[in-house]
Amino acid sequence: MRNLNAILTIALRDYLKFLRDRGRIIATFIFPLMFIGILGSSLQGSFAADAGYNFLGFVFTGVLGQTLFQSTASGIISLIQDRTSDFSQELFVSPVSRFAIIFGKIFGETLVAMSQGVGVILFAFLIRVPLELSQLLSLVPAFFVSCLLGGAFGLLILANLDSERGANQIFPFVIFPQFFLSGIFAPIKNLPPILDFVSHLAPMRYAVDLVRGLYYQGTPEYAKIVLLPVWQNLLIIGCMFLIMFTVGSALFVRNEKNR
Amino acid sequence: MSISNNIIEVKNLTKKYKKSDKVAVNNISFSVKVGEFFALLGPNGAGKTTTISILTTTLSKTSGTIKIAGFDSEVESGKVRQNIGVIFQNPSLDLNLTAEENIRFHAILYGLYSFAPSYSLMPVEYKEKIIKLATILEIEKDIFKPVKSFSGGMKRKLEIIRSLMHDPKILFLDEPTSGLDPLSRKNLWKYLEKVRKENKTTIFLTTHYLEEAEQADNVVVVSSGRIIATGSPKKIKDDLIQEYLLVKTNQKNKLETELKNLSLTYETGDYFKIDVEGKNVHKIIKNINTPLTEIKVHIPTLEDAYLEILNRQTQEK
Repeated sequence: MRNLNAILTIALRDYLKFLRDRGRIIATFIFPLMFIGILGSSLQGSFAADAGYNFLGFVFTGVLGQTLFQSTASGIISLIQDRTSDFSQELFVSPVSRFAIIFGKIFGETLVAMSQGVGVILFAFLIRVPLELSQLLSLVPAFFVSCLLGGAFGLLILANLDSERGANQIFPFVIFPQFFLSGIFAPIKNLPPILDFVSHLAPMRYAVDLVRGLYYQGTPEYAKIVLLPVWQNLLIIGCMFLIMFTVGSALFVRNEKNR
Repeated sequence: MSISNNIIEVKNLTKKYKKSDKVAVNNISFSVKVGEFFALLGPNGAGKTTTISILTTTLSKTSGTIKIAGFDSEVESGKVRQNIGVIFQNPSLDLNLTAEENIRFHAILYGLYSFAPSYSLMPVEYKEKIIKLATILEIEKDIFKPVKSFSGGMKRKLEIIRSLMHDPKILFLDEPTSGLDPLSRKNLWKYLEKVRKENKTTIFLTTHYLEEAEQADNVVVVSSGRIIATGSPKKIKDDLIQEYLLVKTNQKNKLETELKNLSLTYETGDYFKIDVEGKNVHKIIKNINTPLTEIKVHIPTLEDAYLEILNRQTQEK
């Protein structure tokens, strides 16, 4: 019970920080506009005929999964920010499980990312991506799962870093390749064997596929686009989360204490 | 709690940082009794912050054993954490949160209240406490404002209030007044003394403002990771520095004969420096008939003793 309260209060702190930062809120609405509005519609023009399905919907689901995953992953840099601002001392001297502290941070960044997802969805409605409200609601659990996975991924990456600058330099390297490996803008059903192998290692792939699996459920495009059934994606994401979260937390805490 | 009434027990504590080949804390042992005001003194880089970080479970040790409130600092770190309040050298407030939010965050983390997303949803008991605290801090108007706008002294006070929310048995203060102006320092100490009296909290202080440690029950002086002096401030002063009397006169020869007759130890110079050595100052002066133009009694401060100890140490090296 203590740990649950701690997780919620740690998460609320990060969420309040987001709400009080005007710059981040504006950015929330600008990036999706760039991605879907510009990329989506130009891709629609050039590829739509060949693909045989609504490309806007394809890009929308990809960008949504990617945004959620990436926002939470890079949001976790706040763990390092807390260290710089000395607030982590207040966190780590408290009688709360270290796992609860770090899960609280991931949960907080998840809430932030979900709010940022609202930006993507608003623009999706604006540019008439085929999307029903009921369909959208059924996607919410998948959004949540994508965020948690992104958070655990971010944690693992920065567990051994000690500066914010270092984290900001490394993140693009581990995130951008996943844009292509996860098939956000282009299908990855027929990748060359090596790329296909690497693609299977990219956590973002499963988050995006999970969102698409739910979005395309019961439509003729399902077989063409979706790679794995929902339950298989969930299983893989669950395992990946557990491994990245425990290893990442253990490394982070060790680096925090064993200096 | 253990049978002894030591609330802190440190035995053979050693710490070597990973990226350093020097030992930051070198085999130190000491203990602190319940309710004591204890001060750890030493120059910059002596290992004070290292020691306090290990005692408060935020840093791992290399070897040795530590018991805090009867719990092992490594095996039962959770219980240690529940029993201590810590004021770190660098303020650890979230500047984007309001004063109230900072306190609420702490209170929920320490299991005092269940989570609530806003002040208005917190129990009445909590709200009353907050109002009371705000009155003590004289920030009734600003309690719902971001901490960013607070002065250095205000932030420190807020941190102390926050660290006392869960009624810790021991309050650790790592150079709490560094960077504060003299008036803020004085106010902060007035407040801390009140806290000590009211809560009977054990205080563990590190500082390099020696006058702050003058009131301590016990003092440990560290330098380069080793303990070089220990005891009450009085004992440390007595061991090291003598009390003496400085007098000036126009009839030097007369005074000298008189001092010899009284069999007092003295040094001549501009002033006559007369050793007091536990004698009654008043009596000494009464016995001198030579007219004196100036009289000064030198009572050593802890700072004199401290500087003397460090001085001797460097000479030994």
